[in-house]
Amino acid sequence: MNKQEFLSELSNWLSGFTQDEIDERVNFYSEMIDDRMEEGLSEEEAVRDIGTVDEIVSQIIEETPLVKIVKNKIKPKRKLNAWEIVLLIVGFPVWLPLLIATIAVVLSLYVSLWAVIISLWAAAVAVIGCAIGGIVAGIMFICTENALSGVAMIGAALACGGIAVFMCYGCNAATKGVLKLTKKIAIGIKNLFVRRERA
Amino acid sequence: MDIQLKRGLLDVCVLAAIKNEDSYGYKIIKDMKPYIELSESTLYTILKRLETAEMLTVRTAEHGGRLRKYYRITAAGIKRIEEFKEEWKEILSIYRFVTKEDEADE
Repeated sequence: MNKQEFLSELSNWLSGFTQDEIDERVNFYSEMIDDRMEEGLSEEEAVRDIGTVDEIVSQIIEETPLVKIVKNKIKPKRKLNAWEIVLLIVGFPVWLPLLIATIAVVLSLYVSLWAVIISLWAAAVAVIGCAIGGIVAGIMFICTENALSGVAMIGAALACGGIAVFMCYGCNAATKGVLKLTKKIAIGIKNLFVRRERA
Repeated sequence: MDIQLKRGLLDVCVLAAIKNEDSYGYKIIKDMKPYIELSESTLYTILKRLETAEMLTVRTAEHGGRLRKYYRITAAGIKRIEEFKEEWKEILSIYRFVTKEDEADE
């Protein structure tokens, strides 16, 4: 791949950014390739040295906040025509509910994911409560008259405590998994906005 | 290496690379190469961040019939390097404490 191909492919992939940002990035990589060629590398070698466009774009997407990407994408690149504005206003009862519905569906899916995590933790807390409550009640039983039931109750409470420890490990792992998934989803959405399919 | 730690280190490394004289992208990468690997994309992000933080300024100058961007450190940038040195004095003393037992074993 020569320099021109590399740079035009890069700017193609970055179509989700503003023109100024694309120009700045492209100029930066252009300078990097020129400097390598000045040192004696051939054009092809210099381009290869920089890395693939795909790697570069992945890194850029990961480093740019989602909000900024979406804002860039939504902002029109040119002034809207009169008929486009009319269409936007006339179509408003159609596109607004659709937009809200889409956001609501995505959001509710995400919230339900966290609801599962919260309920898992709630179960763990309940078992811990059982353990504490069981020990207290057991001691009370022993102190009053029913010593045997008291011992049995303390035994059950200790078992609950043991289960609770295991549950905490599981909940912790599940929470971390959801956090990781959140990061992946964010990158996925960013990709959706920035990357344009190669024509 | 921990990502957060590496990010902080890279910022200071880039500042150090332009501390004595103005430098440009490729030279910064070459100067840092013996100490720490740095990709172009990472450098771009760091330079942007440092520029926003006003730790360096950018100017464009002609070089061999094309334009090249040169980066110059500001007073705030030099201050950041000094802060870094102070921070690492503390970290080094902690390191000595942590590795004290290792030495006693040998």
